[in-house]
Amino acid sequence: MRPYLSVWKLRFILGMQYRSAAIAGIATQLFFGMIFLMIFQAFYSGSAAEPPMPLDRLVSYVWLQQIFLSLIMLWFRDNEIFQLITSGNVAYELCRPCGLYSFWYAKLLGQRLSSATLRCFPILLIVFFLPKPFRLSPPASPEAFVLFLAALALGLLVVVGVSMFIYISVFWTLSPVGSTLMISVAGEFFAGMIIPVPLMPHWLQTVAGFLPFRWTADFPFRVYSGDIPAGEALWGIAAQLVWIAALTAAGAWTLRRALRRIVVQGG
Amino acid sequence: MISLQGISKSFKVARRAAGLRQAAKSLIFREHTVVEALKDITFSIGEGEIVGYIGPNGAGKSTSIKVMSGILVPDRGSCTIKGYTPWKERTAYVGHIGVVFGQRSQLWWDVPVIDSFQLLKDIYRIPPDEYRRNLALLTETLDLGGLLETPVRQLSLGQRMRCEIAASLLHGPSVLFLDEPTIGLDAVSKLAVRDFIRTINREKGVTVILTTHDMSDIEALADRILLIGKGTLLYDGTLQQLRGRFGTERTVTVDYRGGSGQGPLVVEGAESVSWSPERAVFRVDTGKTRIADVLSRLSEQAELLDVAIEAKPVEELIVELYREHRI
Repeated sequence: MRPYLSVWKLRFILGMQYRSAAIAGIATQLFFGMIFLMIFQAFYSGSAAEPPMPLDRLVSYVWLQQIFLSLIMLWFRDNEIFQLITSGNVAYELCRPCGLYSFWYAKLLGQRLSSATLRCFPILLIVFFLPKPFRLSPPASPEAFVLFLAALALGLLVVVGVSMFIYISVFWTLSPVGSTLMISVAGEFFAGMIIPVPLMPHWLQTVAGFLPFRWTADFPFRVYSGDIPAGEALWGIAAQLVWIAALTAAGAWTLRRALRRIVVQGG
Repeated sequence: MISLQGISKSFKVARRAAGLRQAAKSLIFREHTVVEALKDITFSIGEGEIVGYIGPNGAGKSTSIKVMSGILVPDRGSCTIKGYTPWKERTAYVGHIGVVFGQRSQLWWDVPVIDSFQLLKDIYRIPPDEYRRNLALLTETLDLGGLLETPVRQLSLGQRMRCEIAASLLHGPSVLFLDEPTIGLDAVSKLAVRDFIRTINREKGVTVILTTHDMSDIEALADRILLIGKGTLLYDGTLQQLRGRFGTERTVTVDYRGGSGQGPLVVEGAESVSWSPERAVFRVDTGKTRIADVLSRLSEQAELLDVAIEAKPVEELIVELYREHRI
């Protein structure tokens, strides 16, 4: 465990150095959050039908997306790992008495957590004090909040499990562009980052239910606002655990395959 | 301790001729050629040896190092190092070896060197005492004081390379693979690195396998040379043997005063290469004529101010070896 904790820590420290990136990120996320909310508000006020999700829950949904962006976004990536693979520096990583999968997994967790730590508190502070329809409401109940934290943490493990496939694919493709684009476009859509999952047509919701992506963002955010009640949330957490097990097992297996046929690039 | 038996490894390399048409054609039909990077390599190395692994670019040096350090899986053959098969028991094995790839970096670019070292300490599970001892020794012998708190990106190449070498030795490995450790270093850093390699070899009995293009590295360090070319092992022996094989010839350069003043100095058994009123250069075959005889005959003719006797540089010996094997 020690090596993985240590690489996590170093990646965390490294991530904490990027203050200006965080400030720029905060501004961007506030801007996008407001835009999304204004669009949804316009739709809601123009529609006579009963919306599938009340506006205040939708507001929490969108703000939580922006606050925890670095925990849930699939395009959020560690370019260093790509460089390691394409330049052949991965040679050094292979001379270490560690499993490469767990090592990178810990590294990615550290990177995402450091970025989230830098960004989430300022945004959180601001959106709690915004004027009414745009204000973030407190969690539905203390239980909902605890379940939300658990779901968000497990969701992070799912995201990293999915993103590991992007890194592993680079052993074959040698360029991260294609796989990042494909996985992140599909992933973000089905995670409800573009249209919240409850607002999707039913058949699309069914599709989303069979994919891992909605467990990363849609699920924890709806637990927060009480849109998913506590009992159902426990089942969801069980589903998250199953996904984590499946993704890491498949990822580790694929990485082992990749390493058997590896060609360390360059001299 | 290290033994390789019939190791072979080939790579598939995609290739196409230049031009748009060829590029379009390769979209559909891709041509591959198989490059045999290693062909049936067999050798063994004993404990505490320093072995220079040499060969022209693309000969398969780095590939062998990668096979021996467990990174690449060979197509055929067996390899046992300290009782392990590197690519099969990789995680258990790599704790016993240190690897330096001169052209790559293992230090984290944006954080001080010491942070990378701390990470390695945890990765290799080095006990705190041993870590402190090793770090102190490395800091002293590689002159790292003052570098450890600096972010890696602000180090010069020579400083960084010394830190890289230290990083590969923190866990006290008993086998050290150095893949071009002195590439791009200035004379001072080069000497520091060589000194250091000799020290750990002598004091800690570390077995060292070194690839380099710098023959002075080999001359200064290696007791034994393995020459590889086009994936085959061509020569395995000491530098002395190599010297003996390719030449008993020495170049003798003398600065002198006096002499007959007019024509070149003539010495029996030495062939004159160049001549001026102050300096003469001779080629002597020590298999036929003793250097001492040549010198005494010279001193009879003129007052010798300075004498330099040189064997053929190792570089030339290597070039002759390459030529002999047509690589």
